[in-house]
Amino acid sequence: MKKLIALLLAVVMCLSLVACGASNDTAADDAATNDAAATDEAAEGEATGETIKIGMVTDVGGVNDQSFNQTSWEGLQALAAEDPTFEVSYLESKTDADYASNLQTFVDEGYDLIISVGYMLADATRAAAEEYPEQKFAIIDDNTCADLPNVACLMFAQEQSSYLVGVVAGLATETNTVGYVQGMVSESMNQFGVGFISGVLSVNPEATVLQYNVNNFADAPGGSTAATNMITNGADVVFHAAGGTGNGVIEACATNGVYAIGVDTDQSPLAPEYVLTSAMKRVDNAVQDISKAVKDGTYTAGTHLYDMTNGGVDIAPTQDLLTEEMIAAVEEAKAGILDGSIVVPTTAEEVPEFTLANAE
Amino acid sequence: MDNLINNLGILVYATLLYTAPLLYAAMGSCFSEVSGVVNIGIEGMMTMGAFTGAAVAYFTGNPWLGFLCAGLSGMAFALLHGVATVKFGADQTISGTAINFLAPGVAIVTAKAIFNSSDTIPLEPTSKMPILFSGVFSSGTPWSNFMKNVFSTYASTYLVFVVLVVVWFVFYKTRFGLRMRACGEHPMACQSLGIDVHRTRMICVCLSGFLAGLGGACMTMATSNQFRPTSIVGQGFIAIAAVIFGKFRPQGAMIGCLLFGLCSGLRVVIGSSSLNISVQLLSMIPYVVTVIVLIFFVGKSHVPAANGKPFVKAK
Repeated sequence: MKKLIALLLAVVMCLSLVACGASNDTAADDAATNDAAATDEAAEGEATGETIKIGMVTDVGGVNDQSFNQTSWEGLQALAAEDPTFEVSYLESKTDADYASNLQTFVDEGYDLIISVGYMLADATRAAAEEYPEQKFAIIDDNTCADLPNVACLMFAQEQSSYLVGVVAGLATETNTVGYVQGMVSESMNQFGVGFISGVLSVNPEATVLQYNVNNFADAPGGSTAATNMITNGADVVFHAAGGTGNGVIEACATNGVYAIGVDTDQSPLAPEYVLTSAMKRVDNAVQDISKAVKDGTYTAGTHLYDMTNGGVDIAPTQDLLTEEMIAAVEEAKAGILDGSIVVPTTAEEVPEFTLANAE
Repeated sequence: MDNLINNLGILVYATLLYTAPLLYAAMGSCFSEVSGVVNIGIEGMMTMGAFTGAAVAYFTGNPWLGFLCAGLSGMAFALLHGVATVKFGADQTISGTAINFLAPGVAIVTAKAIFNSSDTIPLEPTSKMPILFSGVFSSGTPWSNFMKNVFSTYASTYLVFVVLVVVWFVFYKTRFGLRMRACGEHPMACQSLGIDVHRTRMICVCLSGFLAGLGGACMTMATSNQFRPTSIVGQGFIAIAAVIFGKFRPQGAMIGCLLFGLCSGLRVVIGSSSLNISVQLLSMIPYVVTVIVLIFFVGKSHVPAANGKPFVKAK
């Protein structure tokens, strides 16, 4: 009896080994076929009529974060609606541990382009890109993967849009005091403050900019308190780059009857009478752009900077509260940025008035 | 001196702003805990209230109707908790945790179905929780700034203190309050005296959900004017902590909530001053102070003896 069992076990083990080997071979074959197909697609472009599969992996904010995850997904959906050759899909990451497995899922399913949303995915994207050199990746708000031959780093010049709203704030203030609430101190978040302060000072060198870092993107009461404090100390325009915390900032401005400036999307609906303007970041344009590049075969790795010249950042279209003077000044600043006569600083070191980075 | 008065005003403002939602939820938690039912699901019930309040106020234009419906939606989820734990004797922590997972999901799915987004559409100023003394005080001198900031608080904030007095009265001056506390201490004795333990606990759990729902609505109808998935992040748990801090008494929970609010305000006032202190350290203030106060100033807490234990009726 024992011998029989041993024999059976041995047979099963042999079979399983064979099976494993076989499946490995198939996988390799599949990959090879995929590669071939991908090359064909690139060569023949649209003519084949095949679908281009674009997969997006969110960071822990999820696909409804009212920020770049959501804007990216909306951009992809709009792209798929306008051009049916695109097939778009997303995977949400609940924790940091999901990044690698979500990327792997898209790799396994043979997606043409995988977009990682946010710098938090940088390490996972680097690992996946190194493991699958034939797979095309793109990552938003991260530049550390720019050295890899298959990762496109989509960067935004948020200091430029912040500069424009800074110009508006500098002209709008009557007390020569404006406020700025930031959600967190990091290199990319600091660009908002640096750009904003430069904008304010460019039109109003006398102005004081009160600054506060809430250190939290979801603390609306904290945002309200910080803004109320600034208003009590004389600020009459407050800009925020603080996600959900910013809801509180806008609320406090509306309560006290002063102007607020929104961020990322056009936040005018939050308080139409008090949201002067918003600094917009067009992540949707960027993901559409890189997706189209994959389809046309013009995809390139490395840093892609989305700034004012290619519609990556802009000031909100709602201009009901802006005076002629402000609109003219914004247009002038835009022209200056476009022709290079205005170079907006990007780091805290260049703008000594920006003090939030010092408290780290 | 002027600066001091200004800062004091900000501190009072911040304290009230943070306290109101926490205190509603904390009073809810008190009801449930003293009757012998652990309610971890406060957070989920708050989320449900936060969404329902903002949505109903948006469609009806009536903030008070929104506020009431927020309470009722919290109560609906509390009913689930009550049926599972009181009626069927399920594990109270697990049921509460399930509600914390379920409620945000339900809120977001409903929001997507109605608003085609996980956020509700921002409320018009008229359908928002009103500020009773809006425009009464003008800014200018330090004292008028102080008054303006102190009184730019919402109607729901005044209401929470009225509710607190009512809750205190119910707890300690009514027959129902006595019975409810007895159910949390010795349900078997209550039953032998003819008190319907299940019914009493069920009422308490429902009240707990109602108050938690109101607390959630404060966040989306007063502090901000829309629901978003990050509207309620941890307030429910802080409220539960405040209850334990306050030794399961509503007035004690109030002190816990006020302390937390004060420290949160302090964080902003210090952070905005010229003192150069790391924000990471400042962000710790409310939590560190809570721990210190718990260690040194709050004596031994009396947990209701039958808290967390399902009561099976004697045949």
